[in-house]
Amino acid sequence: MKRSFGRSLLTVLFAVLALLWVAPIAVVLLNSFKVGTAIALTPFSWPTADTFVGLQNYIGGIYHGDYPFYLSMLYSLIITVLSVGLILLCTSMAAWYINRVGSWFCKLVYYLCIFSMVVPFQMVMFTLSKTADRLSLDTPFTIPIVYLGFGAGLAVFLFSGFIKSIPIDIEEAANIDGCTPPQIFFHVVMPVMKSTYISVAILQIMWVWNDYLLPYLVLDRTRYMTIPIHIQFLQGSYGRVDYGATMALIILCLLPIVILYALCQRHIIQGVLSGAVKG
Amino acid sequence: MKHTRKRSSAAIRSRSRRRAMQAYAPLFLLPTVAAFAVGFVWPFIWGIYLSFFRFKTLRFTTFVGLENYRAALADETFLRSFAFTVAFTAVAVILINLCAFAIALALTRGIRGSTLFRTVFFMPNLIGGIVLGYIWKILLDGLIIRYFDSTLALNATYGFWGLIILLCWQQIGYMMIIYVAGLQNVPPDYVEAAKIDGAGGWQILRHITLPCVMPSITICSFLSLTGAFKLFDQNLALTGGAPFRQTEMLALNIYQSFYNSVSNMGVGQAKAVLFFLVVVAIALTQLYVTRSKEVDG
Repeated sequence: MKRSFGRSLLTVLFAVLALLWVAPIAVVLLNSFKVGTAIALTPFSWPTADTFVGLQNYIGGIYHGDYPFYLSMLYSLIITVLSVGLILLCTSMAAWYINRVGSWFCKLVYYLCIFSMVVPFQMVMFTLSKTADRLSLDTPFTIPIVYLGFGAGLAVFLFSGFIKSIPIDIEEAANIDGCTPPQIFFHVVMPVMKSTYISVAILQIMWVWNDYLLPYLVLDRTRYMTIPIHIQFLQGSYGRVDYGATMALIILCLLPIVILYALCQRHIIQGVLSGAVKG
Repeated sequence: MKHTRKRSSAAIRSRSRRRAMQAYAPLFLLPTVAAFAVGFVWPFIWGIYLSFFRFKTLRFTTFVGLENYRAALADETFLRSFAFTVAFTAVAVILINLCAFAIALALTRGIRGSTLFRTVFFMPNLIGGIVLGYIWKILLDGLIIRYFDSTLALNATYGFWGLIILLCWQQIGYMMIIYVAGLQNVPPDYVEAAKIDGAGGWQILRHITLPCVMPSITICSFLSLTGAFKLFDQNLALTGGAPFRQTEMLALNIYQSFYNSVSNMGVGQAKAVLFFLVVVAIALTQLYVTRSKEVDG
């Protein structure tokens, strides 16, 4: 009797806590339907007949300004898809080669990869942006190369961890059957690594989609912005900025993340946790 | 010797077959290695090299030896941001881990809706630092203006606790998931045996649960430690260092000495190298602690 009472008390407590947890997003959502001037005065009240503006903030926010938000969304999407695709393909191939050949050079690359996971971005921030600039890697279509370079460490490490557990006999059997190394990789190894691909993909998507400083320093900002850069840009022009539109844009940023999370929650938690090794 | 053989067991045994595979190095290895050289190795080496030079643009660099390091350590804003970062990290690590552990403990007691709660608590982890900072800036400023007649940008104390609240909101769910996984591995037999011996709830927690989840505690404390220490996006978006660079953390301080300063950029690079060394020291400590635990277990 006492135990079950304590348990329901805990449930109620957690329900309240969970509501508090979503409150910040709920407040932004609420305000995204209010007229800008009402947000500054009464940020925590429901929209009334006077302050409710429907989807006006969303439509205004997307098309507003010299640099419309939908362009930033488009570039964020292009950069994320290209970068993650490139990282998955190249690092899984490299990790397989490194582990199967095992020469001194392979070991050197492997240990450099592990080392790179420890190095904070500020260490290479200036020199990386200069290097990228000099090699004209400053467009959404070339910046994936920079992401491949800076993100290779974690990806190679995670793929290697899995490759070490694959029994080599399967590949040797395929070799005896006359398969070349590319055929072995694409037909035998790749399908086995499906769950690792998903984990690495989720980790890298979360990183690239949310990354601010790297694209800010590398991209040619007069022509290309991403969502985080755009949001920070709006914040920089504080005072003149339309609060309503900002709220709507924040909700638009969160929407894809929340939808993705709702669809494949288990994979996401699993994937993000597999990156827990990164310090 | 034995060790090396064990490690290279993932390699192909036959030498001729290994040779055959090496012919494919340009396909398998080259793209990653080339990008890695451009995106990490070269910037890293060049960064260390530049920390010994005085420069405002890369066209005119003057070798100055350790002068940049001396200037960095004499820079008051750098030392203050270091102190702020250490204080912030200490408070954040303790709060995040205590809350995450308490929540994990409660959620593994089989209360109704614990999956839903887990989902909700984990979600903020997926939001990027800039957007997070902006959400909390709107929210906290709304509260602070109304009840304290001030703003985040006017008072460093509010900025400090604002950052703490933000990071707790973001990371408690993540650490909680790791703790839940650890708690689910505590053998129920131990708990039963302790109960039969007449141990109370507190004694079970201290002598059975805590020692069993020690690996999770190590992982979580280091993850939150490095996460808080390297914080940048959230700091930039929430306070931007205001007022008067009082809430500036190390990463932001380094950024400012590169991009918002007209003086010698070499000092910024020297600060970055120092920052890197501290982070490496933390990582090595973690490795050492984890290794020594493994030997014990």
